Amino acid sequence: MQSETKARVEQLTSPAGHPVAVLRFEGDIASTSKEAVIGTYQALPKETKLVLLDFTKVDYINSSGIALVIQLLIEASNCGQKVCAFGLSAHFTKVFTMVGIPKYAGLFADQTAALAAL
Amino acid sequence: MSESKSPTTLKPATVEVRVPSRLGFEKVVMSTAASVAKLMGFRDDRIEDLKTAVAEACINAIEHGNRLNEKLSVGVVLSASVDALEVKVMDEGKGMNRQPGKLDKLKKPDLDRKMRGEEVPRGMGMFLIQALVDEAEWVAGDEANSSYVRLVIRLDKNAE
Repeated sequence: MQSETKARVEQLTSPAGHPVAVLRFEGDIASTSKEAVIGTYQALPKETKLVLLDFTKVDYINSSGIALVIQLLIEASNCGQKVCAFGLSAHFTKVFTMVGIPKYAGLFADQTAALAAL
Repeated sequence: MSESKSPTTLKPATVEVRVPSRLGFEKVVMSTAASVAKLMGFRDDRIEDLKTAVAEACINAIEHGNRLNEKLSVGVVLSASVDALEVKVMDEGKGMNRQPGKLDKLKKPDLDRKMRGEEVPRGMGMFLIQALVDEAEWVAGDEANSSYVRLVIRLDKNAE
């Protein structure tokens, strides 16, 4: 019943000239999404310092999916990486804010705004 | 609930859904709850709140109540009244290990502790349920009766 989570990585450059790894997710983010979320993140080159999470094509995130995002943020924090996210619906922006995620990952409306913040 | 009526003329109605105790089927309940809430005239943002709360209640019933036993099912009763929608999500197990009654005001998840590894990243479902609906109550089952979570979301006549 759940839509499989797809993830792909794109390398971009921020307006300030820094390399940025963008993780573009698609489908649902739930308990079955560990490989797509954590596996894709862990496969990034070790020298990655800036990470963007693209939720534009994600329709459904439940508490287990939010827990995976938090796990990613924990690992990124331990590696000294900066993470921002964009493309969340107004509802999931509210939910992410309710659980305190903006303290550890800035939430932006779109990719341009997120890249500008890096 | 079969004919389309304006929200102000919708009569009280009950809709029942039963889904397998398998993760993913909470989306069937989400869709049903959203359809009922739309008929009642809830705003889109409140419907999104309801969908997430209902999904988390179903996931709790599947994971904790029925312990992922696919031979069991999750029953959902949506009762639409003039000014509120009540949702009961029932499991067939012994429910969660909580005292019955209205949920105490749950603390906001402590993300700082999770980030420091002092808490597991999970454990936000009940908080989200309580934060997104107007009323949340957990009722323990016994040998004869199922455990259930009861949610209420109210129509705000001035805002809807």
